[in-house]
Amino acid sequence: MVSAVFHAPLDASASAPTAASPPTPGGPATVAAAPAAARATPDTAATALPWRERAGWFWRVGLPPLLGLGLLVVVWSLIAGNGASGIPTPQATWVHALDIFADPFYQAGPNDQGVGWNVLSSLQRVATGFGLAALVGIPLGFAIGRFDFLSRMFNPLISLLRPVSPLAWLPIGLLVFKGANPAAIWTIFICSIWPMIINTAVGVQRVPQDYLNVARVLNLSEWKVFTRILFPAVLPYLLTGVRLAVGTAWLVIVAAEMLTGGVGIGFWVWDEWNNLNVASIIIAIVVIGLVGLLLELALVKLASLFTYEEVKA
Amino acid sequence: MSAPYIQIDRVAQTFRTKRGNFPALRDISLTVQQGEFVTLIGHSGCGKSTLLNLIAGLTRPTEGVLLCAGREIAGPGPERAVVFQNHSLLPWLTCFENVYLAVERVFSERENRAALRERTQAALALVGLTHAAAKRPGEISGGMKQRVGIARALSMEPQVLLMDEPFGALDALTRAKLQDELLDIVASTRATVVMVTHDVDEAVLLSDRIVMMTNGPAATIGEVLSVDLPRPRDRVALADEPRYQATRKAVIDFLYTRQGHVEKAA
Repeated sequence: MVSAVFHAPLDASASAPTAASPPTPGGPATVAAAPAAARATPDTAATALPWRERAGWFWRVGLPPLLGLGLLVVVWSLIAGNGASGIPTPQATWVHALDIFADPFYQAGPNDQGVGWNVLSSLQRVATGFGLAALVGIPLGFAIGRFDFLSRMFNPLISLLRPVSPLAWLPIGLLVFKGANPAAIWTIFICSIWPMIINTAVGVQRVPQDYLNVARVLNLSEWKVFTRILFPAVLPYLLTGVRLAVGTAWLVIVAAEMLTGGVGIGFWVWDEWNNLNVASIIIAIVVIGLVGLLLELALVKLASLFTYEEVKA
Repeated sequence: MSAPYIQIDRVAQTFRTKRGNFPALRDISLTVQQGEFVTLIGHSGCGKSTLLNLIAGLTRPTEGVLLCAGREIAGPGPERAVVFQNHSLLPWLTCFENVYLAVERVFSERENRAALRERTQAALALVGLTHAAAKRPGEISGGMKQRVGIARALSMEPQVLLMDEPFGALDALTRAKLQDELLDIVASTRATVVMVTHDVDEAVLLSDRIVMMTNGPAATIGEVLSVDLPRPRDRVALADEPRYQATRKAVIDFLYTRQGHVEKAA
């Protein structure tokens, strides 16, 4: 079950303060009389409220993330010192970042391109590898979930192969496809296929018996059972699989590109290391994190569109 | 009116569990006439739903035979519509689409799309839910969901309506309202109904016969009681009716005096 539940990364932090804040009855006068109550106002109403409540909103919601980021920068500054240790200071990195993002899409030969091109190439590899994995993994997951025989047939294989680092497959990819780029895509394919097979299969196995009874009583055709019951019921599980797959793929592509070279954010990190350009590496880390976060948020949003209440009365 | 429609002949049902065989039902024999309203009543765990599932064809008996219109029940079929205990609407379809799915299955070979839509609308109108047609199950109340479930079952124009505690999850007022609606619908469609309930008043108000079941495991039919009350029935007028009270007393006596030791037995 654990792998098949949605968690928005921001949910945990956002819901805690709102849950602890019942709407305060009474107007601003009550709030002014009881300063403690100012902290307990819902943040949705923050825009049109007196400064005291806005300050309360900032205190609860706005400040903690800023403090977290501040702490990171402080620790970073302490480690970097004056920059002599090799780790650049936050200011130096910031200046370098302005330089890099001034022209993210320059092209100066095959191994010297802007950070934008590198990110796009990586995303393209992820999209291709992931897309192929979806084409194979989702139908396979449906088949495994629907038929016990196939489930018993494939489960040992999946259990054996899933814990293997996808990078271990890279040499096989290089051997078979005779190229760095297809080998990287092959690695992404391998790492993103497991979550999709497993989550889809679990989703099919967990379709509530009530829905299947409805199908049996109505005597629906196999096609109707699939389109009206099986597919919509499995979709939330499937999308969880997609989310896990994309997350893993984005982790793996950096490592794969370090090994294969070419254009890509992973290769860029390695290239900048060879140039001893550590500021670029730090910038790359932030960029990789931001892209991963955006992918995650987009997929969580997508999943929430297809999640319906359960049948239980 | 008096042709035997459902015949249950010496049926037993045993479930295989991890801790060995569990005999749920034994030696069940019952005949339901066409147009009859029969309720199955008994303590929880006595196999009422198991028996209903057997009539629906969702499960097969370990022993004995079930016949519907003279043919053996080999599986579920649209002539035996089921209203499930927890409504079982598909949450991704609107109320209209939920009913349409059933209508389409039964009538699409004979009728065009406009006629199918009309049937769907008519079924929703029958339960007073025309206004909620475009809503999803998550957006309507429990009573409304149950009514959509009934509309879905009725839209198939079934020979038999099988209802598994259809009003069990509802509050008392909504339940009474839906019972009255069901009485009207059954009077106009003359459907045969087999209903599982644990509500004595519901059983007496709605039924022609009440089938009282003994406690499980290995439950069987303890007694069948004919409800000799004229139709149409009115719940307010019935409250003072001696025959109503006598019937009610007989059911309560069976459930609580003779079959009352359900906890001790279990």
